[in-house]
Amino acid sequence: MEKSKSISEATFPEQFMKAVRYYLPTIMVAVGVLLAWESLVTVFDIQQFLLPKPSLIGSRFMTEINLLLDSESRSLLFEATGATFREALGGLVIGCSAGILVALITARWTVITEATMPFAIAANSVPIIAFAPIMNNWFGITNPVSKMAIVSIIVFFPTMINTVRGLTLVDEHELELMHSYAASPFKILRSLRIPNALPYIFSALRVASPLSLIGAVVAEFFGGPRATLGVFITQEASGFDFARAWTAIVMASLIGISFYVTVLIAERIFMPWHQAEQSSD
Amino acid sequence: MAEVKNDEQHAIFAENVYKIFNPKTENEVVALEDVNLTAQPGEFISLIGPSGCGKSTLLRLIADLITPTSGTLHINGKTPHQSRLDRDYGMVFQAATLYQWRSVQKNVELPLEIMGYPNTVRQQRAREMLEMVELEGFGKHYPWQLSGGMQQRVSIARALAFEPSLLLMDEPFGALDEFTRERMNMELLRIWRTANVTVVFVTHSISEAVFLSSRIVVMSPRPGRITNIVNNTLPYPRDNDTRELPQYFQTVTEVRELLRDAHEVE
Repeated sequence: MEKSKSISEATFPEQFMKAVRYYLPTIMVAVGVLLAWESLVTVFDIQQFLLPKPSLIGSRFMTEINLLLDSESRSLLFEATGATFREALGGLVIGCSAGILVALITARWTVITEATMPFAIAANSVPIIAFAPIMNNWFGITNPVSKMAIVSIIVFFPTMINTVRGLTLVDEHELELMHSYAASPFKILRSLRIPNALPYIFSALRVASPLSLIGAVVAEFFGGPRATLGVFITQEASGFDFARAWTAIVMASLIGISFYVTVLIAERIFMPWHQAEQSSD
Repeated sequence: MAEVKNDEQHAIFAENVYKIFNPKTENEVVALEDVNLTAQPGEFISLIGPSGCGKSTLLRLIADLITPTSGTLHINGKTPHQSRLDRDYGMVFQAATLYQWRSVQKNVELPLEIMGYPNTVRQQRAREMLEMVELEGFGKHYPWQLSGGMQQRVSIARALAFEPSLLLMDEPFGALDEFTRERMNMELLRIWRTANVTVVFVTHSISEAVFLSSRIVVMSPRPGRITNIVNNTLPYPRDNDTRELPQYFQTVTEVRELLRDAHEVE
């Protein structure tokens, strides 16, 4: 680990060049993959329903973007993206908040934690997505709440389990220090257990954010309004416009990545002490 | 609160103290047997002995992190429990045990925060403490940015921030290299004078015990017990020259022989 005290003292051009050097390999790999994809599909004359060319997917995107920019018309793709985004985000927020809240309550009493954790761990290994048709039945197939419910349940368990771990796996001496101050359980929670749990919570959120999107899209495969990414993909695929189905897959990926990046940024804001340890990864 | 008349002047008063872990089971361990020890306010007492001699156990009994199986133990004339509630002691562990999510300044403020001191007092006191351990200017750093010796100094500053009458140290410099350790020893003596506290210092280094303490409690294992208490008459203030004095070597030899004798008794 570096003992550096000048994390951000480099000048702007230096920083920019550093960023370029850092990201250049990634960008080159991305461009290379797209070029290889395009040329392989052309050379081997692969049918578009098996694998459409990136250029074809790109042109479908342009059509949708033009529809979006034209005030006269509507873009189904972007409407679907918005709907799925709201479902995933809503479910993520509800599920993670509930997970953290329940963890805070159960971790207060060791007995409850010990009694509930095996069930939480068991529930975490259940393929909850299988409940999607049931949720559709409960809340209505076109009601976004049915998808949010599935997403909430999927992200609830990893968040709760990790938070409980973070609250209870406290360094023995760090805890004894609190006892030496005759600190109340509430103060121990606030000043030791919760900060100790933050890295655990964030690693749960890193797992939960892509899960939320998988949950939403797959739940939509079981049925939902036309303007959702899952329905969009199934409809376009059954209509043999695979390039258009791919645009929805790309949008779903973009939402997933945006969630993940948001979690990373939040991590830096809420755990500034962690930044340096991470930069050495 | 149990007031005891005859030991009010003692910082520590232990009489026939026993600590038995897992009593009346197969895993029964007599960690401490018949411990008798008194300490006057302002003393610097070292507990020394091989591992398993119960020196850390004795320290933890004083800190009320564990309770004696039998015997009388009073801290400042009170039960250890009451003395912990009164925040009579500050604790320093072998690892600095700083909270990694808090800056150095905030770590020193931690006990004051728990004890409900107002914000301005906290900041002021933490600054003074960091000055005392010669770490002014490091308040905004995070623990990982400091060396091991600096972290342990922060830990001492934190332990003394609320002005306890007693400083309990469990092998605080055990993880440091020899040079850093000797520098920290000098520093600790200076702090001890400044802060006017009673120090109980657990160590397995003979030279450290002799250099620092006014009395050295020699302990031996299985069962853990006190075998000797050496009065260390080396004059204070002590500095690097103290380590060259014939009396220093004599005391080191004396303690070493006592430790060896205690070992051979087994």
